[in-house]
Amino acid sequence: MAWFRKEKKPRLPRHEKHEIPPDAWEKCDRCGHTDLREKFVRNLNVCPNCGFHRRIRASEYAAILLDEGTSEETELDIRSTDPLGFPEYPARLKKATSAAGEGDAILTFTGKLGGMPVCLAVMDFAFMGGSMGSVVGEKIARLGQLAIERKYPLIIISASGGARMQEGVLSLMQMAKAAAILSQLSERRVPYVSILTNPTTGGVSASFSMLGDAILAEPGAVIGFAGPRVIKQTIGQELPEGFQTAEFLLEHGIVDSVVPRSELKQTVGQLLRHMSGKEASAGWTTT
Amino acid sequence: MASATQLEFEKPIAELERQIDEIKKTAGDSQLSVAEAIEPLERKLEDLREEVYRNLTPFQRVQVARNPRRPFTADYIKLAFTDFIELHGDRAFRDDAAIIGGWARLDDDTVMVIGHQRGRDTKEQLKRNFGMPHPEGYRKALRLMKLAEKFHVPVLTFIDTQGAWAGLGAEERGQSEAIARNLYEMSQLQVPIIATVIGEGGSGGALALGVADRVLMMENAVYSVISVEGCAAILWKDAKSPEMREKAATALRITAPELLELKVIDEVVPEPKGGAHADHETAAKSLQAVVNRHLEELRKMRPEKLVRRRRQKFLRLGAWTE
Repeated sequence: MAWFRKEKKPRLPRHEKHEIPPDAWEKCDRCGHTDLREKFVRNLNVCPNCGFHRRIRASEYAAILLDEGTSEETELDIRSTDPLGFPEYPARLKKATSAAGEGDAILTFTGKLGGMPVCLAVMDFAFMGGSMGSVVGEKIARLGQLAIERKYPLIIISASGGARMQEGVLSLMQMAKAAAILSQLSERRVPYVSILTNPTTGGVSASFSMLGDAILAEPGAVIGFAGPRVIKQTIGQELPEGFQTAEFLLEHGIVDSVVPRSELKQTVGQLLRHMSGKEASAGWTTT
Repeated sequence: MASATQLEFEKPIAELERQIDEIKKTAGDSQLSVAEAIEPLERKLEDLREEVYRNLTPFQRVQVARNPRRPFTADYIKLAFTDFIELHGDRAFRDDAAIIGGWARLDDDTVMVIGHQRGRDTKEQLKRNFGMPHPEGYRKALRLMKLAEKFHVPVLTFIDTQGAWAGLGAEERGQSEAIARNLYEMSQLQVPIIATVIGEGGSGGALALGVADRVLMMENAVYSVISVEGCAAILWKDAKSPEMREKAATALRITAPELLELKVIDEVVPEPKGGAHADHETAAKSLQAVVNRHLEELRKMRPEKLVRRRRQKFLRLGAWTE
């Protein structure tokens, strides 16, 4: 039997090779490309094969846009209440807080972008679909106020299905609230860049996200007033290929540019420097 | 008279009305002889109307707000204003009949009136797209607001829509941008703005005419972030059953008294007994009086103060803890 046992030996190293943990691999949702997770991460969660932009968290956007060690989160303690006594809302909030690890659907920061001080707000789709209730509106209003006081340019990254219905008309009013602060920003000539990510629809798209002095969108992001499902229902037919994508909006003249995640920081910096009368940054000039 | 637009809870009222009509008809020329018999019935009718309307549930109010017999923007214009001249088009794409607007006079003073316009019969409904505007409708509204600002004339808006239209063309032409632009421009318009929700105020498509110094609501109007049916469908996967619609209508706090409490609106405009649809003229007079009172106050304010206060009003809205 000795020969039989011997044969097992060379199998061992082969078996060990398979010891790479299964979660080290990730698959692209669009093209099915499988690659090391690390490769996805290093590529800012954009598929190395097809360029599909995965959804990322608010804190990750802050890390992409703001210079290392400069970001400071503001208004950390504002929390949603249940002003209408809406069925199951407090429980949903609790669940969202523990699932997302954040207080609500938006994070606000001050920090530097390419050495330039900025105010940055990033919505987080992981918190109740990025829905806008009173807290989202209030945090935007306060960040806008700070931007006015310090004359820092404002950047808002949107990712939202729209208004949060559990706060009823109060959520709707946040659209007007955001517009009110942006009109003040405009009066003081403080630049505002809006960045649309997947998805930006409903009350968020019909408010601050469409009011940027420049509006940028990530490739492939779904952007629109009504969600695709609702439109399909209303018109009773299939939607054309690529309808309501960032590229579709660019073609229809609604956004200024579709910008890959890897170029966001440079593009925003370039725009803000133009709009705030600053010199071009070394090495950033594009031809 | 019972019609297709008869609401379930109004049936006892309709029945009594029918009885009274019947007696009048059989009496023929001798109306005087039946007057005595009719009088208590008419009193009963009045009481019944009051009773039914006092106890409306939130979803019944939605039904009243959507009732095609209710006065529309054009009806209020006819009844409360004079010298109206309609202005058409956004100067870019086309005229959207779901929003109407133009110069008018309110007690001799020129104002700009702008409002959603629904239709009563099928033909009119199609023409008006059920009062659901495309981007060009909102852009027409904005054009008229800027025109009013140019000539220092107050703007009066009437809100009466299920929402902005969800369709291919609307998205292609930037529905979101059109609504957002109106919110932005209305929050810095240098003339008084008074908005009144006269029927259904549905979501962003309603708010696009709703950023105002004073927001009024007719007693039986509703104002909501999402349709009752949409809310029920998303949360409870059931848009059809009366129980779920009632649950959503109650949860969303869409009635005028509730919104007054939440400070979203400034005043509830009383409707005649049995609702505005029972008596257009009285409804229009009622609205006219309230609008006039607010307009008088607003006219005294300098533009800077007006705009500052309007912004503050909306910046304060919401509920949070910290």
